[in-house]
Amino acid sequence: MEKIIKGIAYVLGDKIDTDQIIPAEHLVYSMSDESEARKYGQFALSGVPAEEAGLPAGNQPFIDGDEFESRYGIIIGGGNFGCGSSREHAPYALNKAGVKAIIAESYARIFYRNSVDGGFLVPYESMEKLNDSIRTGDELEIDMQKNELRNLSRNTMHRLRPLGDVLPIIEAGGLFEYARKSGMI
Amino acid sequence: MGMTITEKILAKSAGKSSVAPGESIWLNVDTLMTHDVCGPPTIAIWKKEFGTKAEIWDKNKLVIFPDHYIFTENEHANRNVQVLREFAGEQQLPNYYDVGTERYKGVCHVALAEEGYNLPGTVLIGTDSHSCTSGAFGLFSTGVGNTDAAFILGTGKIWEKVPESMKFIFEGELPEYLTAKDLILQILGDITTDGATYRAMEFDGEAVYSLNMDERMTLTNMAIEAGGMNGIIAADEKTETYVKARTNREYEIFNSDGDARYHSSYHYDCRELEPVVAKPHSPDNRGTVREVQGTELTKCYIGSCTGGKLSDFTASAKILINQKVRVPTFVVPATTEVAAQLEQETLKGISIKEILEKAGCIIAQSSCAACLGGPMDTTGRAVDKDVVISTTNRNFPGRMGSKQSEVYLASPLTVAASAVRGVITDPREFLI
Repeated sequence: MEKIIKGIAYVLGDKIDTDQIIPAEHLVYSMSDESEARKYGQFALSGVPAEEAGLPAGNQPFIDGDEFESRYGIIIGGGNFGCGSSREHAPYALNKAGVKAIIAESYARIFYRNSVDGGFLVPYESMEKLNDSIRTGDELEIDMQKNELRNLSRNTMHRLRPLGDVLPIIEAGGLFEYARKSGMI
Repeated sequence: MGMTITEKILAKSAGKSSVAPGESIWLNVDTLMTHDVCGPPTIAIWKKEFGTKAEIWDKNKLVIFPDHYIFTENEHANRNVQVLREFAGEQQLPNYYDVGTERYKGVCHVALAEEGYNLPGTVLIGTDSHSCTSGAFGLFSTGVGNTDAAFILGTGKIWEKVPESMKFIFEGELPEYLTAKDLILQILGDITTDGATYRAMEFDGEAVYSLNMDERMTLTNMAIEAGGMNGIIAADEKTETYVKARTNREYEIFNSDGDARYHSSYHYDCRELEPVVAKPHSPDNRGTVREVQGTELTKCYIGSCTGGKLSDFTASAKILINQKVRVPTFVVPATTEVAAQLEQETLKGISIKEILEKAGCIIAQSSCAACLGGPMDTTGRAVDKDVVISTTNRNFPGRMGSKQSEVYLASPLTVAASAVRGVITDPREFLI
């Protein structure tokens, strides 16, 4: 897997729940048929109220117009990211939109598990509050070996909490890949 | 050292004599539940990983309740139910409750109880965050995503980290104007939406054991709103009576040891509590009903896994009897069994259903309906700048269908009182 993740920051507030990540009315598309599956990317984060979309300014849509992918590849969140429902469609939708990693202060358990076990994206925890210093549009680089986030636009560095127990699953690319590698299935 | 009820059940499931918080273990799953939203993608992952000709690990342990998007013209939603139907046929599943048949139930968490799947001492995993509801029967239950569920379909196993336990004790008799919803909203206001992340929430105390099974499920249902991994109430006589009336499947009763270790304990005296709401836009944004009294409403909603059980409607009926609602009020019995009970149960000689109808409520068919918004043609869906008071469990932005709407969560008593006045109203106005 990539050891350096590069991307443009999309900054959000606290308690971004799964209905904001992918509103329930969209949970009906097939994930196997690509022409439908890409709609999950199209509607990713469409439930975030406009004024809180892309902080600090707000009113910065995650997806432009009718696009299926976002220009933003790394999400900076606050506390309890992904709270709410168990829908795996949430990290899946972010993945379809092109998100590679999220850095948040904390996560809801099911969202975190789904991100890791589905192999959709890397959920890093920050050591400090970041959604008030990083701005939407900043160019970021995550160094997975050093557990560091570098903000290339502002020339700052932030330490990230090591991924711990889930690192082997992330490295394998998901739960099934991990289980095969370790001979479980 | 002693163990909590959650630790004991997890140890049994993992085949160990004891477990401790933080330990990662593989559990043997007793029941896997899925529905029309997460079932189809779970099945797709399972087929991709295990092959289209494979058989699932145990046909008797998989339970499927289509319940989310049922009464809709949305073709994608209807296709999802068809996927479940075909899978149940292919795999010859005995526990599939199809739409359009007499077996159709409705909301999965209530249906699990009614159909006798909530067995004390077992491990129940569901592809729905409110799967923690089943813990009201003294079992370990939690929600997972599609990948984890597909893994269970193939192997019967899931990895979990043993959670620390938090204890919530309610002492004193529950006054007539409070319901279990007030108790759980009280806790949420105190510990917030991540106050129990990755922890077990164990409920105890005389007020908790005075509750019937419906009301106990309201408590455990909202453990996830605090981030909890599971909510649990040890089984007692009421639990056993309920379970035995519905199944002859085996179960085992566990209780926490006196010297079990807890992350924290919270004590409440019910006599000191009053009716509360969760204000927009978070289940932990607690306020007293008095504080928001008079807030103008455009819609009232009584339904869902947490607020659409028989007890929720009998509570509403106490207030709605001989009254008229002033704003559109939607009543959605969680399951077809609850819907039937509304016709059988009476208050002052009148059926609950008649009381609700005469008050002007709109009674919809059993399903999850507008609790989570759903397709555009869903009954009761919030539109535009609706201001809604609801017995459901979430009020994050847009949850009930419109990002501009405002949703207050409250007990069925408070919702009923508010429906009569058209503004948020303290139920004590009607009960004292």
